[in-house]
Amino acid sequence: MEELLHYHFDVDGANFASAGEASVQVKRLLRQMGFSPDLIRRVSIAMYEGEINMVIHANGGDADIYMDPEQIRVVLKDHGPGIKDIALAMQEGYSTAPDNIRSLGFGAGMGLPNMKRYSDDMTVESTVGVGTTITLVFRSV
Amino acid sequence: MTIREIAGLLNAAVCSTDASLLNKEVEAAFGSDMMSDVLAYADEGSLLISGLLNPQVIRTAHMLDMPCIVFVRGKVPTKEILTLAEENHIVVLSTPLRMYATCGILYTAGLDR
Repeated sequence: MEELLHYHFDVDGANFASAGEASVQVKRLLRQMGFSPDLIRRVSIAMYEGEINMVIHANGGDADIYMDPEQIRVVLKDHGPGIKDIALAMQEGYSTAPDNIRSLGFGAGMGLPNMKRYSDDMTVESTVGVGTTITLVFRSV
Repeated sequence: MTIREIAGLLNAAVCSTDASLLNKEVEAAFGSDMMSDVLAYADEGSLLISGLLNPQVIRTAHMLDMPCIVFVRGKVPTKEILTLAEENHIVVLSTPLRMYATCGILYTAGLDR
């Protein structure tokens, strides 16, 4: 088995304007490594939504990317308020984002559904009051 | 349809400085002020038409490999937004037209998906 490449990014929760910077860097990395454009797009979109969520709901967190030729795994971990009802949160259109976030173009209740749509496998682990960890897997073949 | 033709049809100001990008061809368009919907529904490489003006509009376009953004209703991008767009080779246009008219003009001119 080939060795895993691992990259870590801190997602800054204080500044909405900079949200997405880790996804931009990951997109660049994946391009340099020669992954297919379709895979790169899926990873970037899903991770971007995750990053936006961490900024909106959890004051930031950690993003870890593990790559090998077969798959890319993105682990997004925050210490935010947690998700009370994951099934409900996964429904398109359900959102707990404040109004000021909607005026910025997000908070339409599409974040988690989009992450599921663009990944091959998605796991959400969350404990109220402790935080949320989302693992996204993207297969390259 | 090239970005140059789109700018002409919409009487739009070209805010970006790299004129070589204006010859890029666009085959589809997506209009929305809601970036989550753009991420959910827009085809890759589409033209993005939006009345929302913040850096996340550029990032959203970047994630979807969109070559051009048209800001409607006379919105003029800030320097910060323009710089972010230029870093990612995204052309920024600004038209005085509203979203509805912008979409109608481009659709009628053949940009119909």
